[in-house]
Amino acid sequence: MSERVAIVGVGAVVPRPQSRDASHREMIFDAATRAYADAEITHHEIDSFISVAEDIHEGTSITDEYVPDQLGAVLKPVQTIAGDGMQGVAVAFALIRSGIADLVVVEAHCKPSNILRHGDVLEMALDPVYERPLRVHPHYIAGLEMRRYLHDTGTTEDAVASVVNKNRRQALANPAAPYGGNVSTSDVLASPPVCEPLRSLEVSSYADGAVVLALASEERARRCPKPVWIRGIGWASDSPWLARREWSDAVYASLASGMAYQMAGIATPTEEIGFAEIDDTYAYKELQHLEAAGLAPRGRAGALTVAGETRREGRLPVNSSGGSLGMGYCFDASALYRIAEVTRQMRGEAGRAQIANPGSGLVISWRGVPTQTGGALVLGSH
Amino acid sequence: MLEYGWDAGVAISRFLDGLKAGKILGVRCNVCGRTVTPPRAFCELDFKPIDAWVELPDTGTINTYSICYITWDMKPLRKPQIPAVIEIDGTTPRAGFLHLIGGVKGSSVESIRKQLRVGMPVRAVWRKPDQREGAITDILHFEPVRGRRR
Repeated sequence: MSERVAIVGVGAVVPRPQSRDASHREMIFDAATRAYADAEITHHEIDSFISVAEDIHEGTSITDEYVPDQLGAVLKPVQTIAGDGMQGVAVAFALIRSGIADLVVVEAHCKPSNILRHGDVLEMALDPVYERPLRVHPHYIAGLEMRRYLHDTGTTEDAVASVVNKNRRQALANPAAPYGGNVSTSDVLASPPVCEPLRSLEVSSYADGAVVLALASEERARRCPKPVWIRGIGWASDSPWLARREWSDAVYASLASGMAYQMAGIATPTEEIGFAEIDDTYAYKELQHLEAAGLAPRGRAGALTVAGETRREGRLPVNSSGGSLGMGYCFDASALYRIAEVTRQMRGEAGRAQIANPGSGLVISWRGVPTQTGGALVLGSH
Repeated sequence: MLEYGWDAGVAISRFLDGLKAGKILGVRCNVCGRTVTPPRAFCELDFKPIDAWVELPDTGTINTYSICYITWDMKPLRKPQIPAVIEIDGTTPRAGFLHLIGGVKGSSVESIRKQLRVGMPVRAVWRKPDQREGAITDILHFEPVRGRRR
């Protein structure tokens, strides 16, 4: 049994709005090849494999049965987590901590470009009796949540728009971010309402991608060149019903980050977390998640963002990669892209996006509408 | 309604292009030495990109088959469908190709079993070139090769 678990390998393909030249299996093979090279391991050495995938995203039932080939996992233990990418990492962590495996691979991928209408997939996630018959695009759930969050916290629409400005500008320094751009807050506020108060530039755009992470026990990680240590991990799910939600607070993220902080022995996250990659599927979610994770007092994340404190050069850099607004929304693989970015920052491999003296990094993930499920991960260099 | 438009990828796209041209393409891995079709971009056992593309004959042998009297949506069939795994000549044994058997007379189990057996040689029956669309159905079915023994 290993007390400590490290991320020892990271491999990802550059997210792209279209990826017509490669099947999702070929993209996964590419990401896995990179991850194994990064960890200096071969597929023969890996004890167990986890894929994060949803049949309805693939258009194939029992899509997990198609996993082994592209990971080098033929005739090995394989399982699929149909959930947030962080839940896949949590299972890998548990396999190692329990002594079942020393070296575990987690894979997540997404091909939104192959789903003709993603709104249909989201609609299938709603309750067929109470919710689906209303026939509104499921972005409305984000619209409802955003309004209540703004109402309860006094956060301004300007502050939400400044998240878009920051993340897309930060993405310009990340060669793996297809949506980098100079988008001013007034551009954001002038963009068409989707489900008002949510505006079109506040919704992250889809990207196809694949990420593979290799996790190892402490003993095994010592033989890998660049381990980054998992200090704490957490995840939580709230009740699903739309009509009985908290709406303004991301309670799942509070619980998940609390669990991760407890494991990491972190009492004051504002002092002990150096930077964060935070779910920003919708721009307001970054603010809501920052507050849920205790990195900003309730209702203050917007003002911190407007003041520039969450920029790469600021006191608490948030989404220096560009986040989902800058890198693209990759379904359940988004969490793994965030984790990959934190790992690169901690290794000093982030290039022009590099944060000086990053310290411990936090990831907050969210499974997307209509869910109230998310995760938290604290990574440290020791 | 849920609809998808899958990117076939490097290997399957080239395979489908081959079918449109009336050719069965396969791939070879130099580490395990296997030649397989349908092709893939990587060897799943050695976890490396494949080494070579090969053009294969459109003949093979029956690995296994079933005589099916129901459609995919459970309607009864008088004339059965016969799905089979075909080992294409020139590929490594047990690296099969899923398709249908045709050109078999009669419709009863007894009459069909007299005409088919595991290990029997078969040959592809193709759509006319102008009717092919780069799909697995560009081959209509495989039919027994009469008078050929192995």
